[in-house]
Amino acid sequence: MNSVPFRRRSQRCLQLLILVCLLVTMLLSSILDAKIIHRERSLYSTILLDERGSVICLQFSVREDQRNQSCKDRDDPRRLIFGYAKMMMMSLLLQPEPQRILIVGLGGGTLPTMLNELYPDAHIDVVEIDPAVVTVAETYFDFRANDQVKVIVQDARVFTKRAGIRGDSYDLIMLDAFNGDYIPEHLMTREYLEETRAILADDGVIAANTFSISRLYDHESATYQAVFGEFYNVTMRESANRIIITTGRPLPPVKALMDTAIALNARLKRYSMRATDYQRLFSTRVDWDPDARLLTDQYAPANLLREE
Amino acid sequence: MAPIIYLLAFVGGFVIMSLELLGGRVLAPYFGSSIYVWGSIITIFMLSLSLGYLFGGRLSLNQPSLRRFGIIFIVAAAFLYPLVFFAEPIMNWIFELIEDPRYGSLVASALLFIVPTVILGMISPYSVRLLVSSTHESGQVAGRLYFVSTMGSALGTLATSFYFVLWFEINTIVTLLTAALVLMGAIAGLAHRHHSASKAGSEA
Repeated sequence: MNSVPFRRRSQRCLQLLILVCLLVTMLLSSILDAKIIHRERSLYSTILLDERGSVICLQFSVREDQRNQSCKDRDDPRRLIFGYAKMMMMSLLLQPEPQRILIVGLGGGTLPTMLNELYPDAHIDVVEIDPAVVTVAETYFDFRANDQVKVIVQDARVFTKRAGIRGDSYDLIMLDAFNGDYIPEHLMTREYLEETRAILADDGVIAANTFSISRLYDHESATYQAVFGEFYNVTMRESANRIIITTGRPLPPVKALMDTAIALNARLKRYSMRATDYQRLFSTRVDWDPDARLLTDQYAPANLLREE
Repeated sequence: MAPIIYLLAFVGGFVIMSLELLGGRVLAPYFGSSIYVWGSIITIFMLSLSLGYLFGGRLSLNQPSLRRFGIIFIVAAAFLYPLVFFAEPIMNWIFELIEDPRYGSLVASALLFIVPTVILGMISPYSVRLLVSSTHESGQVAGRLYFVSTMGSALGTLATSFYFVLWFEINTIVTLLTAALVLMGAIAGLAHRHHSASKAGSEA
Protein backbone atom coordinates (compact mmCIF):
# COMPACT_ATOMS: atom_id res chain seq x y z
CA MET A 1 0.00 0.00 0.00
CA ASN A 2 2.82 2.25 0.85
CA SER A 3 4.85 1.43 -2.22
CA VAL A 4 2.54 3.05 -4.74
CA PRO A 5 2.78 6.61 -3.46
CA PHE A 6 6.50 6.07 -2.93
CA ARG A 7 6.96 5.01 -6.51
CA ARG A 8 4.87 7.94 -7.61
CA ARG A 9 6.92 10.27 -5.51
CA SER A 10 10.20 8.94 -6.83
CA GLN A 11 8.82 9.20 -10.33
CA ARG A 12 7.99 12.82 -9.72
CA CYS A 13 11.46 13.38 -8.30
CA LEU A 14 12.96 11.87 -11.41
CA GLN A 15 10.80 14.07 -13.60
CA LEU A 16 11.88 17.12 -11.63
CA LEU A 17 15.50 16.11 -11.90
CA ILE A 18 15.23 15.71 -15.66
CA LEU A 19 13.54 19.09 -15.90
CA VAL A 20 16.26 20.77 -13.85
CA CYS A 21 18.97 19.10 -15.95
CA LEU A 22 17.27 20.29 -19.08
CA LEU A 23 16.99 23.83 -17.80
CA VAL A 24 20.63 23.90 -16.73
CA THR A 25 21.73 22.60 -20.11
CA MET A 26 19.63 25.20 -21.87
CA LEU A 27 21.01 27.93 -19.67
CA LEU A 28 24.58 26.76 -20.17
CA SER A 29 24.20 26.41 -23.90
CA SER A 30 22.66 29.87 -24.16
CA ILE A 31 25.63 31.26 -22.25
CA LEU A 32 28.07 29.28 -24.35
CA ASP A 33 26.23 30.35 -27.46
CA ALA A 34 27.12 33.96 -26.82
CA LYS A 35 29.68 34.90 -29.40
CA ILE A 36 31.86 37.91 -29.11
CA ILE A 37 31.35 39.71 -32.39
CA HIS A 38 33.41 42.78 -31.71
CA ARG A 39 36.21 43.53 -29.30
CA GLU A 40 38.05 46.79 -29.32
CA ARG A 41 40.38 48.64 -27.02
CA SER A 42 39.58 52.24 -27.68
CA LEU A 43 41.29 55.22 -26.11
CA TYR A 44 38.76 55.30 -23.30
CA SER A 45 37.53 51.79 -22.65
CA THR A 46 37.30 48.22 -23.76
CA ILE A 47 34.30 47.80 -26.03
CA LEU A 48 32.85 44.30 -26.09
CA LEU A 49 29.90 43.19 -28.17
CA ASP A 50 28.40 39.77 -27.84
CA GLU A 51 25.58 38.08 -29.63
CA ARG A 52 23.09 35.55 -28.29
CA GLY A 53 20.59 34.57 -30.91
CA SER A 54 18.99 37.79 -32.07
CA VAL A 55 20.16 39.77 -29.04
CA ILE A 56 23.37 41.80 -29.14
CA CYS A 57 24.81 43.36 -26.03
CA LEU A 58 27.39 46.07 -25.57
CA GLN A 59 29.55 46.40 -22.51
CA PHE A 60 32.50 48.54 -21.60
CA SER A 61 34.41 46.24 -19.37
CA VAL A 62 36.20 42.95 -19.64
CA ARG A 63 34.86 42.13 -16.21
CA GLU A 64 31.59 40.26 -16.29
CA ASP A 65 29.62 43.24 -15.11
CA GLN A 66 26.09 43.51 -16.42
CA ARG A 67 25.42 46.75 -14.65
CA ASN A 68 25.41 48.95 -17.66
CA GLN A 69 25.04 46.61 -20.52
CA SER A 70 23.09 47.96 -23.37
CA CYS A 71 21.29 45.30 -25.35
CA LYS A 72 19.13 45.14 -28.40
CA ASP A 73 16.91 42.46 -29.84
CA ARG A 74 17.30 42.66 -33.60
CA ASP A 75 13.96 40.99 -34.16
CA ASP A 76 12.17 43.39 -31.84
CA PRO A 77 14.24 46.56 -31.42
CA ARG A 78 11.79 48.14 -29.01
CA ARG A 79 12.11 45.42 -26.43
CA LEU A 80 14.50 46.84 -23.85
CA ILE A 81 16.34 44.23 -21.90
CA PHE A 82 17.80 46.20 -19.06
CA GLY A 83 15.84 48.17 -16.56
CA TYR A 84 18.13 51.12 -16.13
CA ALA A 85 17.17 52.73 -19.44
CA LYS A 86 13.52 52.43 -18.45
CA MET A 87 14.28 53.97 -15.09
CA MET A 88 16.07 56.85 -16.81
CA MET A 89 12.99 57.44 -18.94
CA MET A 90 10.97 58.01 -15.77
CA SER A 91 12.45 61.51 -15.64
CA LEU A 92 9.65 62.25 -18.13
CA LEU A 93 7.26 62.19 -15.18
CA LEU A 94 8.67 65.56 -14.15
CA GLN A 95 8.92 66.99 -17.67
CA PRO A 96 6.59 65.15 -20.05
CA GLU A 97 7.17 67.52 -23.00
CA PRO A 98 10.92 68.13 -23.37
CA GLN A 99 11.88 70.18 -26.41
CA ARG A 100 15.64 70.32 -25.89
CA ILE A 101 17.37 67.22 -24.58
CA LEU A 102 21.00 66.60 -23.63
CA ILE A 103 22.33 63.07 -23.21
CA VAL A 104 25.83 62.53 -21.84
CA GLY A 105 27.17 59.14 -22.93
CA LEU A 106 25.90 57.41 -26.07
CA GLY A 107 26.37 53.71 -25.30
CA GLY A 108 24.30 51.70 -27.75
CA GLY A 109 22.14 54.73 -28.45
CA THR A 110 19.09 53.31 -26.67
CA LEU A 111 18.10 56.52 -24.90
CA PRO A 112 18.43 58.95 -27.83
CA THR A 113 16.63 56.52 -30.15
CA MET A 114 13.71 56.14 -27.73
CA LEU A 115 13.45 59.86 -27.07
CA ASN A 116 13.61 60.62 -30.78
CA GLU A 117 10.75 58.18 -31.39
CA LEU A 118 8.69 59.60 -28.55
CA TYR A 119 9.40 63.24 -29.33
CA PRO A 120 10.17 63.53 -33.04
CA ASP A 121 10.23 67.33 -32.83
CA ALA A 122 12.58 67.56 -29.86
CA HIS A 123 16.18 68.56 -30.43
CA ILE A 124 18.57 66.01 -28.92
CA ASP A 125 22.29 66.59 -28.30
CA VAL A 126 24.31 63.50 -27.45
CA VAL A 127 27.79 64.07 -26.05
CA GLU A 128 30.12 61.10 -26.31
CA ILE A 129 33.86 61.25 -25.69
CA ASP A 130 34.79 58.09 -27.60
CA PRO A 131 34.50 58.09 -31.40
CA ALA A 132 34.78 54.28 -31.33
CA VAL A 133 31.52 54.07 -29.36
CA VAL A 134 29.75 56.17 -31.99
CA THR A 135 30.94 53.78 -34.71
CA VAL A 136 29.79 50.74 -32.73
CA ALA A 137 26.36 52.29 -32.06
CA GLU A 138 25.95 53.00 -35.77
CA THR A 139 27.23 49.64 -36.94
CA TYR A 140 25.54 47.28 -34.50
CA PHE A 141 22.68 49.22 -32.95
CA ASP A 142 21.41 51.04 -36.04
CA PHE A 143 21.85 54.31 -34.26
CA ARG A 144 21.61 57.25 -36.66
CA ALA A 145 22.14 60.92 -36.08
CA ASN A 146 19.61 63.01 -37.98
CA ASP A 147 18.27 66.54 -38.21
CA GLN A 148 16.96 66.29 -34.67
CA VAL A 149 19.60 64.07 -33.07
CA LYS A 150 23.17 65.39 -33.04
CA VAL A 151 26.23 63.60 -31.73
CA ILE A 152 29.07 65.71 -30.40
CA VAL A 153 32.34 63.87 -29.81
CA GLN A 154 33.74 65.78 -26.87
CA ASP A 155 34.48 65.57 -23.18
CA ALA A 156 31.19 66.28 -21.41
CA ARG A 157 32.80 68.68 -18.97
CA VAL A 158 34.16 70.80 -21.82
CA PHE A 159 30.80 70.64 -23.63
CA THR A 160 28.86 71.67 -20.53
CA LYS A 161 31.14 74.62 -19.77
CA ARG A 162 30.87 75.86 -23.36
CA ALA A 163 27.10 75.36 -23.38
CA GLY A 164 26.94 77.47 -20.22
CA ILE A 165 28.95 80.25 -21.86
CA ARG A 166 26.65 80.11 -24.91
CA GLY A 167 23.68 80.36 -22.57
CA ASP A 168 22.10 77.10 -23.82
CA SER A 169 19.40 75.42 -21.82
CA TYR A 170 17.85 71.96 -21.85
CA ASP A 171 14.49 70.66 -20.62
CA LEU A 172 15.86 67.19 -20.00
CA ILE A 173 19.45 66.20 -19.19
CA MET A 174 20.45 62.54 -18.91
CA LEU A 175 23.83 61.71 -17.41
CA ASP A 176 24.90 58.23 -18.43
CA ALA A 177 28.67 58.49 -18.64
CA PHE A 178 29.75 55.88 -16.11
CA ASN A 179 29.99 52.68 -18.06
CA GLY A 180 33.30 51.03 -17.68
CA ASP A 181 36.02 50.22 -15.25
CA TYR A 182 37.17 53.79 -14.88
CA ILE A 183 34.97 56.62 -13.64
CA PRO A 184 35.65 60.02 -15.20
CA GLU A 185 36.15 61.76 -11.89
CA HIS A 186 35.70 65.29 -13.24
CA LEU A 187 32.10 64.35 -14.14
CA MET A 188 31.17 63.58 -10.57
CA THR A 189 32.04 66.76 -8.75
CA ARG A 190 29.91 69.48 -7.22
CA GLU A 191 31.27 71.97 -9.76
CA TYR A 192 30.25 69.75 -12.68
CA LEU A 193 26.75 69.35 -11.29
CA GLU A 194 26.53 73.10 -10.77
CA GLU A 195 27.58 73.69 -14.37
CA THR A 196 24.97 71.15 -15.48
CA ARG A 197 22.31 72.79 -13.35
CA ALA A 198 23.18 76.11 -14.99
CA ILE A 199 22.16 74.75 -18.42
CA LEU A 200 18.95 73.22 -17.11
CA ALA A 201 15.76 75.08 -18.02
CA ASP A 202 13.64 76.41 -15.13
CA ASP A 203 11.18 73.55 -15.48
CA GLY A 204 13.81 71.07 -16.62
CA VAL A 205 14.72 67.69 -15.15
CA ILE A 206 17.96 65.74 -14.70
CA ALA A 207 18.30 61.96 -14.65
CA ALA A 208 21.63 60.43 -13.68
CA ASN A 209 22.67 56.79 -13.83
CA THR A 210 24.91 56.36 -10.81
CA PHE A 211 26.43 53.92 -8.37
CA SER A 212 24.43 52.02 -5.83
CA ILE A 213 27.23 50.12 -4.16
CA SER A 214 30.46 50.92 -2.31
CA ARG A 215 31.35 54.02 -0.34
CA LEU A 216 30.92 56.09 -3.45
CA TYR A 217 27.16 55.90 -2.89
CA ASP A 218 27.40 58.12 0.19
CA HIS A 219 29.74 60.65 -1.36
CA GLU A 220 27.80 60.89 -4.58
CA SER A 221 24.43 61.21 -2.85
CA ALA A 222 25.74 63.93 -0.55
CA THR A 223 27.12 65.82 -3.55
CA TYR A 224 23.79 65.68 -5.45
CA GLN A 225 22.03 66.76 -2.27
CA ALA A 226 24.37 69.75 -1.94
CA VAL A 227 23.67 70.93 -5.49
CA PHE A 228 20.02 70.02 -6.04
CA GLY A 229 18.60 69.60 -2.56
CA GLU A 230 16.10 66.78 -2.31
CA PHE A 231 16.11 64.25 -5.15
CA TYR A 232 14.29 61.07 -6.13
CA ASN A 233 16.18 57.85 -5.82
CA VAL A 234 14.94 55.24 -8.24
CA THR A 235 16.16 51.72 -7.60
CA MET A 236 15.08 48.28 -8.71
CA ARG A 237 15.90 45.03 -6.98
CA GLU A 238 16.93 43.30 -10.19
CA SER A 239 19.23 46.12 -11.23
CA ALA A 240 22.45 47.25 -9.57
CA ASN A 241 21.78 50.75 -10.84
CA ARG A 242 20.50 53.67 -8.90
CA ILE A 243 18.94 56.47 -10.91
CA ILE A 244 18.83 59.98 -9.47
CA ILE A 245 16.02 62.14 -10.81
CA THR A 246 15.82 65.74 -9.77
CA THR A 247 15.04 69.28 -10.86
CA GLY A 248 16.27 72.74 -10.05
CA ARG A 249 13.17 73.39 -7.95
CA PRO A 250 11.48 71.81 -4.94
CA LEU A 251 10.22 68.34 -5.85
CA PRO A 252 6.51 67.53 -6.08
CA PRO A 253 5.32 64.70 -3.83
CA VAL A 254 5.49 61.29 -5.53
CA LYS A 255 1.70 60.99 -5.47
CA ALA A 256 1.41 64.12 -7.60
CA LEU A 257 3.20 62.29 -10.43
CA MET A 258 0.38 59.78 -10.79
CA ASP A 259 -1.61 61.75 -13.39
CA THR A 260 1.46 62.25 -15.56
CA ALA A 261 2.32 58.57 -15.19
CA ILE A 262 -1.13 57.53 -16.39
CA ALA A 263 -0.82 59.87 -19.37
CA LEU A 264 2.64 58.51 -20.18
CA ASN A 265 1.48 54.90 -20.10
CA ALA A 266 -0.18 55.23 -23.49
CA ARG A 267 2.99 56.63 -25.04
CA LEU A 268 5.31 54.06 -23.51
CA LYS A 269 3.12 51.10 -24.40
CA ARG A 270 5.19 50.29 -27.48
CA TYR A 271 8.20 49.69 -25.22
CA SER A 272 6.08 47.35 -23.12
CA MET A 273 6.52 49.49 -20.04
CA ARG A 274 4.11 51.25 -17.75
CA ALA A 275 5.12 54.50 -16.10
CA THR A 276 2.71 53.76 -13.27
CA ASP A 277 4.82 50.72 -12.32
CA TYR A 278 7.96 52.79 -12.04
CA GLN A 279 6.51 55.78 -10.28
CA ARG A 280 6.17 53.54 -7.20
CA LEU A 281 9.96 53.08 -7.14
CA PHE A 282 10.57 56.79 -6.47
CA SER A 283 11.90 57.51 -3.01
CA THR A 284 13.23 60.58 -1.23
CA ARG A 285 14.42 58.67 1.82
CA VAL A 286 17.94 59.63 2.90
CA ASP A 287 19.64 56.23 3.04
CA TRP A 288 23.19 57.51 2.83
CA ASP A 289 25.57 59.17 5.23
CA PRO A 290 24.67 62.87 4.90
CA ASP A 291 28.03 63.85 6.38
CA ALA A 292 30.00 62.09 3.65
CA ARG A 293 32.64 64.38 2.18
CA LEU A 294 31.45 66.13 -0.98
CA LEU A 295 33.15 65.34 -4.27
CA THR A 296 34.61 68.56 -5.65
CA ASP A 297 37.15 69.55 -8.29
CA GLN A 298 39.59 69.78 -5.38
CA TYR A 299 38.64 66.39 -3.97
CA ALA A 300 37.55 63.81 -6.51
CA PRO A 301 39.04 60.38 -5.78
CA ALA A 302 35.94 58.56 -7.06
CA ASN A 303 37.86 55.57 -8.38
CA LEU A 304 39.69 55.12 -5.08
CA LEU A 305 36.46 55.47 -3.10
CA ARG A 306 34.75 52.87 -5.23
CA GLU A 307 37.39 50.29 -4.36
CA GLU A 308 37.20 50.88 -0.62
CA MET B 1 77.13 68.14 4.02
CA ALA B 2 76.56 65.39 1.43
CA PRO B 3 73.56 63.80 3.19
CA ILE B 4 71.79 67.15 3.24
CA ILE B 5 72.32 67.62 -0.48
CA TYR B 6 70.96 64.13 -1.15
CA LEU B 7 67.96 64.85 1.06
CA LEU B 8 67.25 68.05 -0.85
CA ALA B 9 67.58 66.29 -4.20
CA PHE B 10 65.19 63.60 -2.97
CA VAL B 11 62.57 66.17 -1.97
CA GLY B 12 63.07 68.00 -5.26
CA GLY B 13 62.33 64.81 -7.19
CA PHE B 14 59.32 64.11 -4.98
CA VAL B 15 57.81 67.56 -5.57
CA ILE B 16 58.31 67.43 -9.36
CA MET B 17 56.32 64.24 -9.85
CA SER B 18 53.70 65.04 -7.26
CA LEU B 19 53.07 68.31 -9.06
CA GLU B 20 52.96 66.62 -12.45
CA LEU B 21 50.26 64.24 -11.24
CA LEU B 22 48.25 67.06 -9.72
CA GLY B 23 48.49 68.80 -13.08
CA GLY B 24 46.07 66.29 -14.56
CA ARG B 25 43.63 66.97 -11.76
CA VAL B 26 43.93 70.72 -12.09
CA LEU B 27 43.31 70.73 -15.84
CA ALA B 28 40.48 68.13 -15.98
CA PRO B 29 37.57 70.46 -15.10
CA TYR B 30 38.47 72.68 -18.05
CA PHE B 31 39.98 70.41 -20.65
CA GLY B 32 38.82 66.92 -19.70
CA SER B 33 41.09 64.04 -18.75
CA SER B 34 41.77 62.65 -22.17
CA ILE B 35 45.15 61.39 -23.32
CA TYR B 36 46.04 64.72 -24.92
CA VAL B 37 45.67 66.49 -21.58
CA TRP B 38 48.31 64.16 -20.17
CA GLY B 39 50.31 64.70 -23.35
CA SER B 40 50.27 68.45 -22.73
CA ILE B 41 51.34 68.10 -19.11
CA ILE B 42 54.16 65.65 -19.78
CA THR B 43 55.41 67.76 -22.70
CA ILE B 44 55.53 70.88 -20.56
CA PHE B 45 57.23 69.10 -17.65
CA MET B 46 59.88 67.53 -19.90
CA LEU B 47 60.50 70.84 -21.62
CA SER B 48 60.75 72.69 -18.32
CA LEU B 49 63.07 70.13 -16.75
CA SER B 50 65.38 70.19 -19.76
CA LEU B 51 65.64 73.96 -19.53
CA GLY B 52 66.09 73.69 -15.76
CA TYR B 53 69.04 71.32 -16.20
CA LEU B 54 70.64 73.80 -18.58
CA PHE B 55 70.14 76.81 -16.31
CA GLY B 56 71.09 74.89 -13.16
CA GLY B 57 74.37 73.82 -14.74
CA ARG B 58 75.06 77.37 -15.83
CA LEU B 59 74.26 78.73 -12.37
CA SER B 60 76.64 76.24 -10.74
CA LEU B 61 79.62 77.95 -12.42
CA ASN B 62 79.11 81.05 -10.32
CA GLN B 63 80.39 80.60 -6.74
CA PRO B 64 78.37 77.51 -5.92
CA SER B 65 77.29 77.19 -2.30
CA LEU B 66 74.72 75.47 -0.11
CA ARG B 67 73.14 78.84 0.57
CA ARG B 68 72.52 79.46 -3.13
CA PHE B 69 71.30 75.88 -3.46
CA GLY B 70 68.75 76.62 -0.74
CA ILE B 71 67.66 79.78 -2.53
CA ILE B 72 66.67 77.66 -5.56
CA PHE B 73 64.18 75.84 -3.29
CA ILE B 74 62.79 79.06 -1.85
CA VAL B 75 62.33 80.59 -5.32
CA ALA B 76 60.65 77.37 -6.57
CA ALA B 77 58.28 77.55 -3.59
CA ALA B 78 57.53 81.20 -4.35
CA PHE B 79 56.44 80.29 -7.89
CA LEU B 80 54.61 77.12 -6.87
CA TYR B 81 52.33 78.52 -4.19
CA PRO B 82 50.49 81.06 -6.41
CA LEU B 83 48.91 78.09 -8.24
CA VAL B 84 46.52 77.88 -5.30
CA PHE B 85 45.09 81.29 -6.18
CA PHE B 86 45.71 81.80 -9.88
CA ALA B 87 45.20 78.40 -11.49
CA GLU B 88 41.43 78.86 -11.87
CA PRO B 89 41.37 82.40 -13.29
CA ILE B 90 44.19 81.52 -15.72
CA MET B 91 42.34 78.42 -16.93
CA ASN B 92 39.06 80.32 -17.22
CA TRP B 93 40.79 82.85 -19.39
CA ILE B 94 42.41 80.24 -21.63
CA PHE B 95 39.17 78.25 -21.85
CA GLU B 96 37.43 81.27 -23.34
CA LEU B 97 40.36 82.09 -25.59
CA ILE B 98 41.14 78.66 -27.11
CA GLU B 99 38.40 76.31 -28.38
CA ASP B 100 40.54 73.25 -29.05
CA PRO B 101 41.11 71.43 -25.72
CA ARG B 102 44.44 70.07 -26.97
CA TYR B 103 46.00 73.49 -27.38
CA GLY B 104 44.00 74.85 -24.47
CA SER B 105 45.52 72.27 -22.15
CA LEU B 106 48.99 72.78 -23.63
CA VAL B 107 48.90 76.55 -23.10
CA ALA B 108 47.34 76.16 -19.65
CA SER B 109 49.96 73.71 -18.44
CA ALA B 110 52.66 75.97 -19.87
CA LEU B 111 51.37 79.01 -17.97
CA LEU B 112 50.78 77.10 -14.75
CA PHE B 113 53.79 74.84 -14.54
CA ILE B 114 56.74 76.06 -16.63
CA VAL B 115 58.27 78.47 -14.13
CA PRO B 116 58.19 76.29 -10.99
CA THR B 117 59.30 73.22 -12.94
CA VAL B 118 62.23 74.98 -14.65
CA ILE B 119 63.44 76.05 -11.20
CA LEU B 120 62.95 72.55 -9.77
CA GLY B 121 64.95 71.20 -12.72
CA MET B 122 67.95 73.28 -11.65
CA ILE B 123 68.32 71.21 -8.49
CA SER B 124 69.96 68.14 -10.05
CA PRO B 125 72.92 69.70 -11.89
CA TYR B 126 73.52 72.08 -9.00
CA SER B 127 73.66 69.16 -6.55
CA VAL B 128 76.21 67.39 -8.76
CA ARG B 129 78.40 70.49 -8.64
CA LEU B 130 78.21 70.65 -4.84
CA LEU B 131 78.96 66.96 -4.39
CA VAL B 132 81.73 66.38 -6.91
CA SER B 133 85.23 67.03 -5.67
CA SER B 134 87.23 65.21 -8.37
CA THR B 135 86.63 64.20 -11.96
CA HIS B 136 87.47 60.62 -11.02
CA GLU B 137 84.34 60.22 -8.87
CA SER B 138 82.05 62.52 -10.86
CA GLY B 139 80.24 59.70 -12.67
CA GLN B 140 79.58 57.86 -9.46
CA VAL B 141 78.32 60.97 -7.72
CA ALA B 142 76.01 61.81 -10.63
CA GLY B 143 74.70 58.27 -10.67
CA ARG B 144 74.02 58.27 -6.95
CA LEU B 145 72.30 61.62 -7.23
CA TYR B 146 70.00 60.55 -10.04
CA PHE B 147 69.25 57.43 -8.01
CA VAL B 148 68.19 59.48 -5.01
CA SER B 149 66.21 62.14 -6.87
CA THR B 150 64.45 59.61 -9.09
CA MET B 151 63.55 57.55 -6.02
CA GLY B 152 62.04 60.77 -4.68
CA SER B 153 60.05 61.08 -7.91
CA ALA B 154 58.83 57.50 -7.64
CA LEU B 155 57.69 58.02 -4.08
CA GLY B 156 56.08 61.37 -4.95
CA THR B 157 54.10 59.70 -7.70
CA LEU B 158 52.95 56.85 -5.51
CA ALA B 159 52.10 58.92 -2.44
CA THR B 160 50.14 61.49 -4.44
CA SER B 161 48.12 59.11 -6.59
CA PHE B 162 47.42 56.48 -3.93
CA TYR B 163 46.94 58.56 -0.81
CA PHE B 164 47.23 62.34 -1.00
CA VAL B 165 44.29 62.74 -3.41
CA LEU B 166 42.21 60.54 -1.12
CA TRP B 167 43.05 62.53 2.00
CA PHE B 168 43.54 66.12 0.86
CA GLU B 169 42.26 68.73 -1.53
CA ILE B 170 44.53 69.68 -4.41
CA ASN B 171 45.29 73.09 -2.92
CA THR B 172 46.24 71.48 0.38
CA ILE B 173 48.70 69.22 -1.42
CA VAL B 174 50.21 72.18 -3.29
CA THR B 175 50.57 74.00 0.04
CA LEU B 176 52.29 70.98 1.59
CA LEU B 177 54.68 70.73 -1.35
CA THR B 178 55.45 74.44 -0.99
CA ALA B 179 56.10 73.98 2.73
CA ALA B 180 58.45 71.07 1.99
CA LEU B 181 60.43 73.23 -0.44
CA VAL B 182 60.67 76.11 2.06
CA LEU B 183 61.80 73.70 4.75
CA MET B 184 64.51 72.31 2.47
CA GLY B 185 65.64 75.85 1.62
CA ALA B 186 65.86 76.65 5.33
CA ILE B 187 67.84 73.49 6.05
CA ALA B 188 70.30 74.36 3.29
CA GLY B 189 70.66 77.89 4.65
CA LEU B 190 71.29 76.66 8.20
CA ALA B 191 73.73 74.01 7.02
CA HIS B 192 75.58 76.65 5.02
CA ARG B 193 75.93 78.90 8.09
CA HIS B 194 76.98 76.00 10.29
CA HIS B 195 79.44 74.80 7.70
CA SER B 196 81.10 78.19 7.13
CA ALA B 197 81.18 78.86 10.87
CA SER B 198 82.96 75.59 11.59
CA LYS B 199 85.28 76.24 8.66
CA ALA B 200 86.09 79.72 10.02
CA GLY B 201 86.60 78.17 13.48
CA SER B 202 89.03 75.56 12.21
CA GLU B 203 90.97 78.19 10.26
CA ALA B 204 91.30 80.49 13.30
